[in-house]
Amino acid sequence: MKRRRFDIAAVPGKAAREVDDRLQVNTPLRSLLNKVFPDHWSFLLGEIALFSFIVLLLTGVYLTLFFEPSLTEVTYDGSYRPLQGTHMSAAYASSLDISFDIRGGLIMRQMHHWAALLFMAAIVVHMLRIFFTGAFRKPRELNWMIGYLLFWVGFLAGFTGYSLPDDGLSGTGLRIASAIMLSIPVVGSWLTSSIFAGEFPGDIIISRFFIAHVLLIPGLLVALISVHLGLVFKQKHTQWPGPGRTNSNVVGERMFPRYAIKQGGFFMIVFGVIALLGGLVQINPIWLFGPYEAGVVSAASQPDWYVMFLDGSTRLMPPWEINIPIGNGYVIPPLFWPTVVLPGILTVLPLLYPFIEARINKDRRIHNLLQRPRDVPGRTALGAMAVTFWVVLTLSGANDVIADKFFISLNAMTWAGRIGLIILPPLAYYVTYRICLGLQQHDREVLAHGVETGIIRRLPNGQFVEVHQPLAPADEHGHTELEYVGWVVPKKMNRLGALGPAIKGFFYPIEKPVEAPVSPGHPPVEPRSEQQEIGSGKH
Amino acid sequence: MSTRTDEQTHGATREPFDVNDPEVSRFDIVREGARRDDIEIVHYESQFPVPGTKAERRLTRFVTWLFLLVGLFSTAFVVAYVWWPWKYEHGTGMTKFYTPFLGLTLGLALLGIGFGILIWGKKLLPKEVSIQDRHIEPASDEERALTGSTLLYMVDELGVRRRPLLGVSLLAGLAPVGAVAAAPLIGGLIEQPHKNNQMFTTGWKPIAHGNTTELVKLTHHDGTPVRPEDVSPGGQITVFPGIPDGATNKHADSPVLLIHLRPTDAEEARAANQRAGHGDYMWGNYIAYSKICTHAGCPASLYEQQTNRLLCPCHQSQFLITDNARPVFGPASRRLPQLPLTVEGGFFAAKSDFTETVGPDFWERP
Repeated sequence: MKRRRFDIAAVPGKAAREVDDRLQVNTPLRSLLNKVFPDHWSFLLGEIALFSFIVLLLTGVYLTLFFEPSLTEVTYDGSYRPLQGTHMSAAYASSLDISFDIRGGLIMRQMHHWAALLFMAAIVVHMLRIFFTGAFRKPRELNWMIGYLLFWVGFLAGFTGYSLPDDGLSGTGLRIASAIMLSIPVVGSWLTSSIFAGEFPGDIIISRFFIAHVLLIPGLLVALISVHLGLVFKQKHTQWPGPGRTNSNVVGERMFPRYAIKQGGFFMIVFGVIALLGGLVQINPIWLFGPYEAGVVSAASQPDWYVMFLDGSTRLMPPWEINIPIGNGYVIPPLFWPTVVLPGILTVLPLLYPFIEARINKDRRIHNLLQRPRDVPGRTALGAMAVTFWVVLTLSGANDVIADKFFISLNAMTWAGRIGLIILPPLAYYVTYRICLGLQQHDREVLAHGVETGIIRRLPNGQFVEVHQPLAPADEHGHTELEYVGWVVPKKMNRLGALGPAIKGFFYPIEKPVEAPVSPGHPPVEPRSEQQEIGSGKH
Repeated sequence: MSTRTDEQTHGATREPFDVNDPEVSRFDIVREGARRDDIEIVHYESQFPVPGTKAERRLTRFVTWLFLLVGLFSTAFVVAYVWWPWKYEHGTGMTKFYTPFLGLTLGLALLGIGFGILIWGKKLLPKEVSIQDRHIEPASDEERALTGSTLLYMVDELGVRRRPLLGVSLLAGLAPVGAVAAAPLIGGLIEQPHKNNQMFTTGWKPIAHGNTTELVKLTHHDGTPVRPEDVSPGGQITVFPGIPDGATNKHADSPVLLIHLRPTDAEEARAANQRAGHGDYMWGNYIAYSKICTHAGCPASLYEQQTNRLLCPCHQSQFLITDNARPVFGPASRRLPQLPLTVEGGFFAAKSDFTETVGPDFWERP
């Protein structure tokens, strides 16, 4: 019998043929490999959220192996001596065990918490990028809404998560949450007693929060994230305007290999930063807070940063109680407005913003090109106004710490917050609007007169003038006719190649520079005829 | 740089392409593959036109070092994980550095992989600019009509229009099915909030023994009863109802702050009590208020002796103790409920339960 020679080089090809015979994936695979992605640093902010979410899933699954979601009372006998013999819930005891009696448990817990903070931070920053560049416009309204819901679902994930250890701080947060539910008119007490199975705190809330935190909410997050990414993929990423870029094309890199490699590297960097934070920077030291007791609280009790704006709004709210004198009398407590009504408004308004803006502008076109914030002053100013509102609330969420550290009266801080919340946002709107117009104006100036060279020339009549480098052939007055297109205008001479390339090397050049850099004393005043397009010098 | 019009003309004049032609380079094949997906690679340039330059070798060396460091740090992680003393010990010692060292080695290993492949991809692979057509043109009216008719045809085939009874009965049948899904969820979860009048009673309610009632003692956290001598003038302690589990979260509404006022403040507080109809709630110079904030339920526990104000650290509501614990600043709108005090056999006891509702406000609070 003739032995067939085994040709190892033919194996991949053969295997690929076999797979394609069965699944017909050949052509779709190629178009996937070749899919073009536009590149800009600001497009990577959402990735941070995605990567943090992966770290959350990994560390979270690890933690579930050891956490006991139960309010059964136990006596602590672990290795953390200051709490030995204390009565506490099994949830708190097992959280302490994760921190002290499980090898490497503490770093997992801290990485999980840091990843959660980073997840929310990345969502917020990504959302700001989307808002300020107009990436939410038609056809991407749906993805804006999903992304916005992701913030609130992440918010719930965070809250249910940091309530689980049942330490002093999280118990206080839970108590406030119960008070918030209680404040809802008509149904408040029914809602609270249904969720807590009786009076606060009951003995089942941790189990309910646990299943929400490890199954229901992550399931929802995975579903929403999948749709979110699927839509980005289907609708193709937006891109900045620039040479060769139109509303109907995508200019960038193919997904493989370079783009995918960069993504992979970025994931590892995010993961690495979370690991460094989790190991080196302590977070939520639950053993210092002790078990939750209804009568115990410490000063400077703050929630995680993404909840702080609601804490701030609660602190700033004046004690306006609405009494309804029917029968025995009914009450709408002041807590209802900043913690139920305000988040309600903050959920619905931004969700509908893409439609509101399109309606005001009567804009029904499809937009795949981004806008620079300065080119849409109204929207940018509105965004600055919202951010200011949020910053005042968040700072007010820490007003007791600020008052303490800077020796300011606490009541003065509260009043500053109340007044600031009303005065600062409109001020931010006005200032931002003017800054946008100013930046636009400067771009137009450069387009008309050219780049400032920094060279002052004395004319024969004694007059001093600054030499400008026009960006295109100029008329006799030195003016150029360049259209304003809403993209970066070069404003420094080295953007136009006035300086030689940077010399690489740490102590000495790796390679001799091809030619010596142009001395700043010899400016290239002659306009270069081949320069036609306005670009940043980048692709 | 090519523009959109170039692309279109290109599509029209595409030459026949033979994959098996030995003249064709692999890059040509890649480019042809991309073209068939409406992608034009307009710029593809090696970052090192001359192979093997010093700069290229330097970069390669750098990436190599990064990868080797990854191996080093990962090994260090595993070694530390296994052999570093990790078990918590009180005081200082090696164990304190266990978690930081794990974080440092793991973080650096991951950063090594990250920067290694990032530099590989960014600096060593060729730079490219590709242009892909977005295909944003919506489907033609004809296409839309075809799909729309297909859908409408389905509805026609079902014949709901001809047989409306089917549709009505289906809807009538499905509505209760939705209720079936909701019933166990709502029915299982729902709890009557006013069971045993729980929102208006606390652990301080006197215990009934047949015809006599026993007043509830004020106790410390460990259950020992409180005597007046336990609190010095100007001092305050947290007390709990002297009942089983009185100091636990089973009675989360019961913690009370017992304050021994100085004589002048006590006079003021007593006069305020008189005005509020709580004339006999104090015992001597002792006064007791619910610790549970009427705003959001945190313990209002920061007592400022000089001003007799009680501050809630959660939202900074401030209550003036000498004026019936009236809220004087912050978001709280209702005074803290006062516990009527008495002394039985040398120990403090509560004359009755709170006469006002304890804890955060709600709709049906009278």
